[in-house]
Amino acid sequence: MPTRTVAVGSASGLHARPAKIFVEAAAKAPVKVTIRVGEKKPVPAKSMLSVLALGAKKGTEVTLEADGDGADQALDDLAALLARDLDADGV
Amino acid sequence: MSEVATLTGIGVCAGVTGGPLLRIAAAPALPAPVPVDDVEAEVQRAVAALAEVVADLSRRADRAADETVAEVLRAEALMADDEELRDAVREHVEGGADAPHAVDAAFGAFREMFAEAGGYLAERVADLDDLRDRAVAVLLGLPMPGVPQPGFPYVLAARDLAPADTADLDPEQVLALVTEIGGPTSHTAILARALGLPAVVACPGVLGVTEHTLVLVDGSTGRVEVGVSAASVAAAGALAEAAIDDNAEPGRTADGHAVKLLANVGSVKNVPAADQAHAEGIGLFRTELLFLDRTSEPTRDEQIGAYRDVFRAMAGRRVVIRTLDAGADKPLPFLKQEGEPNPALGIRGLRVARQRPDVLTTQLAAIAAAADDCGADVWVMAPMVSTLTEATAFAAAVHEAGLPKAGVMIEVPAAALRAADLLRAVDFLSIGTNDLSQYTFAADRMCGDLAELLDPWQPALLQLIAICGAAGRDTGKPVGVCGEAAADPLLAPVLAGLGVSSLSMSPRALPGVRAALGRYSYAECRRLADLAVAAPDAAAARKLMG
Repeated sequence: MPTRTVAVGSASGLHARPAKIFVEAAAKAPVKVTIRVGEKKPVPAKSMLSVLALGAKKGTEVTLEADGDGADQALDDLAALLARDLDADGV
Repeated sequence: MSEVATLTGIGVCAGVTGGPLLRIAAAPALPAPVPVDDVEAEVQRAVAALAEVVADLSRRADRAADETVAEVLRAEALMADDEELRDAVREHVEGGADAPHAVDAAFGAFREMFAEAGGYLAERVADLDDLRDRAVAVLLGLPMPGVPQPGFPYVLAARDLAPADTADLDPEQVLALVTEIGGPTSHTAILARALGLPAVVACPGVLGVTEHTLVLVDGSTGRVEVGVSAASVAAAGALAEAAIDDNAEPGRTADGHAVKLLANVGSVKNVPAADQAHAEGIGLFRTELLFLDRTSEPTRDEQIGAYRDVFRAMAGRRVVIRTLDAGADKPLPFLKQEGEPNPALGIRGLRVARQRPDVLTTQLAAIAAAADDCGADVWVMAPMVSTLTEATAFAAAVHEAGLPKAGVMIEVPAAALRAADLLRAVDFLSIGTNDLSQYTFAADRMCGDLAELLDPWQPALLQLIAICGAAGRDTGKPVGVCGEAAADPLLAPVLAGLGVSSLSMSPRALPGVRAALGRYSYAECRRLADLAVAAPDAAAARKLMG
């Protein structure tokens, strides 16, 4: 299954505004994407509560997984989003 | 007509107003579990309740005037619009729970995870509880917890106010705030001052008042009269109107000794009220509002925007801006201050710069950029300064940023005792009487039972103010008061006599203070000041004014 591992780039971690932006983007993806920290249980990337509960901070490595048509493109886009500092302006 | 009862709390924002009292709807209690016959219908009922919560939050977000507020509400809505949550609700219903209990259990699982993670997530537990309460209220047919929006002006009563309650509080509808707990520096107090709403905190009994009872709130004395007539409410309103129409003369004693009358503001939204009260400038521009409820520091540009709005609106006048006053009762998530055994005596105010000098540097740079070409006379002061060393370092940082006027607040007795020394290092002093009381009397500002120790008429407090005033007279440098004491019309002549050269207060208090000052000559003020300092106690000092 296609996977991407990326370090969270947002200064405040995957919380608040960055989490919201990520979850909204994941909900729009054509495939079901999961996210996990290390070897912990993967959770749906479009679940705000689950994503928040990961407790990912800036620099925490998270792994995205998806399967099906367009999975690679969706994962590339979401990984790129996670790597950015979404607390900064211009998003 | 039932009898009028009086409740007493701590007044935290001056002004008298009246109206019907409404409470924040309380969180609903979970009823006893009921057996579920139709699982699918019960699941749909729970899911529909969650959807209603999401819809309500989204509507409030659309209505919110402030973009930050709207974003907070949308983030909360997104938390309730969650597939995993709905799945969990379904599982619990299938396991035999009714809709309210299934919703409670589904949020409970996330609550546990959040609490366990600590830090930022632990703070979000309150959001989860709020969402659960909202969904359960919908299921039980009760009003959703939160600030009522009845469509007419009212006095809002609550146990305490959380930022989430007040995010979209409408100052057109809310006349005054009264809370059962809290203190002069609780979120309620900060918000009240920012919005210029009369407010009383630490007021036991207010939650026992029947809804829609007419009450009169006096935000300076802390008195709440319950069961008053419609006529007295109307009279209070008329009095407030009349006070606003008062004269626009600068503050001075009967014989012309100038005492500048300035306004306390929290953002540009308060400037119209300051103008209406004919304030001669801003004596305290609090910058905390911009930092509250933030997990990351506001950017330099964001700060510049907020400061410039106020500076431009006050072109031609003085604006004293206070650097971030965080810590103790105003913890800020991004500073990650945790585990202080005694936060009021810990890292707060200017002391934050010991650990995070970058926050101060960025703020001073933003103030300097905003002040550039704005037309206002911008002065900068630091909160919670204790020593000459701190004052000297702060003044150097202010000047380094390219700002001409640096001052310090006098909130710690050590600083008051050394006022003359401090005035060698800085250009002005501003006495924060609330904290100066707390630290002089070793009495927690949040502790309603100790309110009499925190009376601004306490002679020991006045003596410390006198030391500062004398240092100001000797050096010819300004010494202001910006605490609640400055809003007390009776105290104004005494403060002037103690050598205070400006009084900064909530705009609503300004007309009363202006009128009171004008009734005494400067010689009388000085005589009253001497007598007040010599008085045996606060009551005797206050009695001097008749």
